[in-house]
Amino acid sequence: MVGAALALAGLLVSLYLWLWKIGALGVLACGDGGCETVQLSEYAMLFGLPVAFYGVVGYAAMLAVCLTGLHGRPTERAWPTAALLALSGGGVAFSAYLTYLEAAVIHAWCRWCIVSAVIVTLVFGTAVVGFRRKAWKRGA
Amino acid sequence: MAQQRGLKGFYVGLTAIAVVGAGALYLARGRGADPQTIDPTPVAAGGFPGYAIGPDSAPVTIVEYADFECGACAQFAILTGPDIKERLVATGRVRWIFRDFPIEGHRNAMPAHLAAACADEQGQFWAMHDQIFFNHGRWVPEARPERRFREFARAIGLDGDRFDDCLSSGRYRERILATRQEGVTRGIGSTPTFEINDQRMIGLMGYDELRAHVDRLAPVQP
Repeated sequence: MVGAALALAGLLVSLYLWLWKIGALGVLACGDGGCETVQLSEYAMLFGLPVAFYGVVGYAAMLAVCLTGLHGRPTERAWPTAALLALSGGGVAFSAYLTYLEAAVIHAWCRWCIVSAVIVTLVFGTAVVGFRRKAWKRGA
Repeated sequence: MAQQRGLKGFYVGLTAIAVVGAGALYLARGRGADPQTIDPTPVAAGGFPGYAIGPDSAPVTIVEYADFECGACAQFAILTGPDIKERLVATGRVRWIFRDFPIEGHRNAMPAHLAAACADEQGQFWAMHDQIFFNHGRWVPEARPERRFREFARAIGLDGDRFDDCLSSGRYRERILATRQEGVTRGIGSTPTFEINDQRMIGLMGYDELRAHVDRLAPVQP
């Protein structure tokens, strides 16, 4: 449940950044312009698509996996936890790379990107806890 | 049973978060339209006023702070620029001023602003401005974009040797940085930003929205 709520929050944040990137929103509520600097940099695009779009897809997948894991018998819920672990682990690695770019290459901080990085790290944390609990139950 | 109740409460909470988030995104749609009132004094004494097009006597002056590497600025120049020039500037209603605001971290922004300044030496700033924005995808990914700017210079009929000398010397770098710093001092934080007389508008605008502001400040006489 915690993972689903976090994934939804992450989905809203990445949706916000993506909608701004495609011109659907007027101004980013960012404070110091760092979000715009990062979002307008060359690193805000990957394979022809805005990086924020990958966030939208990733968080939507995490949310779907979390909701799937809430239903059915516990034995049937093992794969969603593993899937969440893989998805959020990839998200953490990607966010770490993006945070490195902000710090070392772009020299600007996008607050919403940092919020997203924190959220995906928390989702990963809940996935690790869930995975270990399931492993412990299987072992007991 | 208790688990079913728990799940129901969870879904109600999740739906509430989704509704609040969607509402916030919906409200954020119009934020770019909110103007800020600013001090209309645009340039410090001795500073570079920017590249202007349109008559001094125009009732509306629009100052655009832009970065050549900024995708949104390119989008604005490509989609909205031609309409502005044809329907607002050429009709004498608007004087348009472009001010350099190269964003830190945009590695090719400064060479692009230098190329535009060098084209201005030969009276062709706006032609180079269009070349740079309309060919955005060709030079932004380049490790050495100068060769593209030389191609653009040839395409618009500049004296190539004079342009090359200017670009190599980087003699407008300090002026560009000073213009940018002045923008920062005035509170510019992102591109594109527009100052329409004493109103500041941040972010992309379509032609209709911009025209509405011009109409409000200088109504068309019947």
